[in-house]
Amino acid sequence: MAKLKDLAAIEDRLVAGHGMCIGCGIPLIFKVILRATEDPLIIANATGCLEVCTTIFPRTSWNVTWVHSAFENAASTISGIEVMYKALKKKGRIPKDKRFKFLGVGGDGGTYDIGLQALSGAVERGHDIVYVCYDNNVYANTGGQRSSATPIGASATTSPAGTQSPGKIQRRKDLTKVLVAHNIPYVAQASPHRWQDLYNKAKKAFEVEGPAFLNVLCLCPTEWKYDESLGIRLAHMAVDTCVWPLYEVENGKYKINYKPKEKKPVLEWIKTQGRFRHLFKEKNAWVLEEFQKQVDQDWEELNKLESL
Amino acid sequence: MSKFVTLNGNQTIGEAARQIDPDVIAAYPITPSTAIVETIAKFKADGLISGEFVCPESEHSAMSLCIGAASAGGRVMTATASQGLALMWEMLYIAAGLRLPIVAAIANRSLSAPINIHGDHSDTMGARDSGWIQIYSENCQEAYDNFIQAFRIAEHLDVRTPVLVGLDGFIISHSMEVIQVEDDAEVKKFIGEYKSLYPLLDSKVKMTVGPIDFTDYYFEHKRNQLEGIENAPQVIEEVGKEFGKKFGREYGFFEGYRLDDAELCIVAMSSAAGTCKDAIDELRSEGKRVGLLKPRIFRPFPHQRISEALIKMKAVAVLDRSSSPGAFGAPLFTEIRSALYDYEERPKITNYVYGLGGRDIKIEHFKEVTDDLEKIAETGKVEKVYSYINLRE
Ligand SMILES: Cc1ncc(C[n+]2csc(CCOP(=O)(O)OP(=O)(O)O)c2C)c(N)n1
Ligand code: SF4
Ligand SMILES: [Mg+2]
Repeated sequence: MAKLKDLAAIEDRLVAGHGMCIGCGIPLIFKVILRATEDPLIIANATGCLEVCTTIFPRTSWNVTWVHSAFENAASTISGIEVMYKALKKKGRIPKDKRFKFLGVGGDGGTYDIGLQALSGAVERGHDIVYVCYDNNVYANTGGQRSSATPIGASATTSPAGTQSPGKIQRRKDLTKVLVAHNIPYVAQASPHRWQDLYNKAKKAFEVEGPAFLNVLCLCPTEWKYDESLGIRLAHMAVDTCVWPLYEVENGKYKINYKPKEKKPVLEWIKTQGRFRHLFKEKNAWVLEEFQKQVDQDWEELNKLESL
Repeated sequence: MSKFVTLNGNQTIGEAARQIDPDVIAAYPITPSTAIVETIAKFKADGLISGEFVCPESEHSAMSLCIGAASAGGRVMTATASQGLALMWEMLYIAAGLRLPIVAAIANRSLSAPINIHGDHSDTMGARDSGWIQIYSENCQEAYDNFIQAFRIAEHLDVRTPVLVGLDGFIISHSMEVIQVEDDAEVKKFIGEYKSLYPLLDSKVKMTVGPIDFTDYYFEHKRNQLEGIENAPQVIEEVGKEFGKKFGREYGFFEGYRLDDAELCIVAMSSAAGTCKDAIDELRSEGKRVGLLKPRIFRPFPHQRISEALIKMKAVAVLDRSSSPGAFGAPLFTEIRSALYDYEERPKITNYVYGLGGRDIKIEHFKEVTDDLEKIAETGKVEKVYSYINLRE
């Protein structure tokens, strides 16, 4: 098992000086994930907070080779790099013993929405890549628009709460299951507050041959509208309420990595977040009930899948 | 040894691709370029290509893959047409902005709506400001020759700019022609080794590629990007000459047909030029002093050379196989008219749009255009600057 002390001794691949908000979950996630392989790494990053905040020319926060080409195509861009690696290796233009790891990265917008097709195509083709989605439930970089990962009831600028609307009314997409349906070797859901679990999953993802997908819950104090001093506790609570279960699917076999001793009500997660504030009005009570129902259903189903 | 083979335009590109054997080929099928992708897939399946072939889930991803692969550090190609090129649009600019020498074969086809699968130049003309070099081919032989030269041009260290090679959908992509295919080894020698610049797959250097520019750098970077396309003319010329020396077919920026003593000139690109040459032979036998100027390179536009060739004409008709709704003329015409502006004495000039959605253009149509040109030369007046050929109105 990885020790924090040992991880801390590894050189950072995403270094200080970036412009991400105080309390942002993105650096927490990537500081762990990027330590999970020692091989040279090439990252293709979709447009979004991580990309914009780390590479304002002429500065960069990346201590690893990194490329950005567009919003919806991190998966196809990293596929192209991986294919070229294979081609050059076969032709002997890259020495046999040189290894690289290929990582595609996108937010929920770049992954659940506009980049879903590219991701589906890339994993179906079986490229030896890892794709990480940092899911902050929102298009944060562009100021807080809804995505298909936005939970029911959340107010976003394109699904705002109003006198006639309780915020987003649709159920969120279960992208992790969509990836499981691609029958790829490794799919997992993780959260930065359980860094050891996240580290293990990233390590597996890098080690497995063929495509691997990690969906990681990402804190966003700016768009979730909470006091950043609450910090990582919001990640804890997302997992303890089973809004964001931690599990992995290895060659089709489900394993839940953490089961809360006492499953907390969804209310405990949303009550400190401004984006859900309007749900406490009486007329919106049904939304919270619906949210709870969906979480219960999903959790029950996940447990069933694990027992198969 | 070079040999004569009967191939259609798509197979011709496939054959050139097999000889060049790029490190990565990523392409998605669409009529009329599908057979390029299929030919390559079969070559790969039969072990005749050593590079990797990927068939992604869309053209957007095909171009994204090309961008990833080219920035990784190797030779890359794709092929598409019409809606496929339109779907790539976002990524075309990025390929050019990142100075990636990707080569694309485009079986030129109209754009929807209405959906139509036949040949015109709407697709590549829509991409004319994307930063790609554009080369157009009259027939299968030219498509083959242009495609080979495209790699040399794109990959030249002074250029490092993507190149597309157009061949007219169906009219060329699906026409059988006896073409001279050069020896595999000679083609490979002509292309040479790929030199990668700043490859991502360099384990010694950690690079950030494609960062965000704000108002303080974007403009300079866009200006820098232009250097590649500005350096292209010299390279295009050298490569065209070298190709001629080696394989016996020399290429320049345009081809003139019976132009030297002409007073009237028709400007037409791609397959229509072939028909136009026949029309000119007939018109010449009737004593009409008409010639053809067939642009080969559309981007960078060879404005000076074309102007110099046209300046002594009495009247010029520019034929466009695409339109530019709301503009003062179609793309080729606006380029040429603008290029002529700097000359005090310049020919009268008129524009025709023809062949949209694959509509035929025949010898009789070139004769009608010549009649118009004669009238313009006689009266010194252009009655209609913009008209259509073979259109029911
Ligand atoms: C084709 C295209 N459409 C829209 C945009 C504008 N855009 C840039 S980033 C972004 C949202 C990103 O959201 P997400 O992927 O969740 O990443 P986050 O900002 O939350 O990190 C949008 C809509 C774009 N760059 N490209
Ligand atoms: S807006 Fe949210 S995701 Fe973006 S940098 Fe700030 S906290 Fe992080
Ligand atoms: Mg997001």
